[in-house]
Amino acid sequence: MLGDGILKGMAETARNFFGSFVSDERLTTVEYPEQRIPTVEAARVFPFLVYDGANWEAGMRCVACQICEKECPPKCIYIEKSADKKPDFVGKQQFYPTRFDIDVSVCMSCQICVEVCPFEAIKMDTQFELATEDRFGGLLYDRKELSRSNEYYHSIHPTEAGEVDARLAEEKAKVEARAKAAAEAAAAKAAAAANPTQLAGGGS
Amino acid sequence: MIATPEATNPFFVNLDQIFVFLSNWLVGFLPAVLRPVAGVVLGVVAIVCVFPGLFALTTVFERKGLGRIQNRIGPNRVGPYGLFQPVADGIKSLTKEDIVPLRANAVVHFLAPLVLVVTVFMGFAVLPMGRNMVLVDMDAGLLFFFAMGAATELSVFMAGWSSRNKYSLLGAMRAVAQMISYEVVLLLSSVAVVMITGSLSLPKIVAAQNQYTGVFPHWYIFTPWGLAGFLMYAIAATAETNRSPFDLPEGESELVAGYHTEYSGFKFALFFLGEYLAMFSISGLGTTLFLGGWSAPFSFLVWVPSWFWFFGKVMLSIFVFIWMRGTLPRLRQDQLMNFAWKFVLPFTLLNLLVTALWRFMGEGWARWMVCTVILVAAYVVMGRVEMRSEHFGRRSYRYAE
Repeated sequence: MLGDGILKGMAETARNFFGSFVSDERLTTVEYPEQRIPTVEAARVFPFLVYDGANWEAGMRCVACQICEKECPPKCIYIEKSADKKPDFVGKQQFYPTRFDIDVSVCMSCQICVEVCPFEAIKMDTQFELATEDRFGGLLYDRKELSRSNEYYHSIHPTEAGEVDARLAEEKAKVEARAKAAAEAAAAKAAAAANPTQLAGGGS
Repeated sequence: MIATPEATNPFFVNLDQIFVFLSNWLVGFLPAVLRPVAGVVLGVVAIVCVFPGLFALTTVFERKGLGRIQNRIGPNRVGPYGLFQPVADGIKSLTKEDIVPLRANAVVHFLAPLVLVVTVFMGFAVLPMGRNMVLVDMDAGLLFFFAMGAATELSVFMAGWSSRNKYSLLGAMRAVAQMISYEVVLLLSSVAVVMITGSLSLPKIVAAQNQYTGVFPHWYIFTPWGLAGFLMYAIAATAETNRSPFDLPEGESELVAGYHTEYSGFKFALFFLGEYLAMFSISGLGTTLFLGGWSAPFSFLVWVPSWFWFFGKVMLSIFVFIWMRGTLPRLRQDQLMNFAWKFVLPFTLLNLLVTALWRFMGEGWARWMVCTVILVAAYVVMGRVEMRSEHFGRRSYRYAE
């Protein structure tokens, strides 16, 4: 009959209306500033730079290769490469950024910088309350403001950070093994060079 | 009326007439020459204060109610439980910039919201809001009300036309088409009441319903023709006030905001006010015509002040408006017109015949049976036949394939 669908719909909305007063399950609203729900692990908002150890400047993983700067679609990253070098996590001498700026107002949270970085140096943060009263300087983050410790990275993305650490450890082990092999070879060579007479004598 | 002990208690009689006494007492301070004018001015001031106050309350309760219907909380930030939200909204709309488009007709653009609010306020003049509480007791009050209601269409078209904006104009044309179509139904469904009462005076219509058989009142909604008339009146009233599901004139998904697209600041607030006042006035008229106006729903409740019943019934109607808004999606233009001309109008015309039958069949159960059967059968058959959805089959393309 004409109108029975309307009555059915109105019964449904009435159920919602009264139900929302008695059942907390129906009210899914989170009253944000007072109530918060933990962010999901895969959340991504804005990139940050990872450093190992306690000193952000010494432990910074970024080697100023500028791949992220070139790949960034809205071009919000600005990097200046250093003239000197500092040792990276395996002890190899690398350049480091003397300037690393990201403009919050331009960044579109696409995560491309994270995906292209070969050094696991830039990752996505879950911090979303980035509002500021200063719309110029306050929205341009320099490398100090962008730096976050590896522990922080573990706290926001534990799974991903674990994988990254495993990969870096593997790489470090490989480099160390290679260094060790090279050192052994060099030692053997040196030993050989140190006793040429013995070799010669043995040969003659 | 059955005289219950409370009904004759002087305290309740005085409470019932408190506003009348208050007005007489205030007017009594003036010289006799000025008293009639002052009485009217006082009534106007009361109407102009009470209904915008109700409007402010309704906006916040509507938003909270819609929130609950959608399992949300609704506004709760300003004041306790968000009750001061209208204050914040008012300050916001007062301090906003008043923008008039460069090519707009400034005079008409300025007048449109005023015409709307003024004509809607005029309608309240003839509504009996309680025993002895009607501002102007006109013999043709119903006619006056509809004349004023028709003038709101003018303001809508003034707004749409003067804005020089295609969305405004489209919205206004839709609004006028819709309002004229449903105005016919609104009038014809009220004519049934006039046929039974024999009077166009709204206080007389209420007085005719203010009788009781046992504990039950003689409200017209409790008769077959009255129920049918009330349903048709409610549909037409919803369309007339541009409420959902008939809110096509301001369908934001296709028309930005319809005829008030180019209005900002306080002019927009006036349109908003006008819309809600129209809702109040049309609910007030519906209450007066079918729900017994200010009369109590049971004879043992007649000691409750009459104005309480009137405003209670109006707010109940507003609640149903909000409930429907939270439930129904917007109609399409062709559905709207089909519904008006193919179902609502013929059914209302039939209802007039049934009303005449009721009038001339005399007292007895026979007229109840006959009228109910005719109306139910007509409802079912017309609902099936006129409102069946047409299946056009798959769309075929002549050149595109």
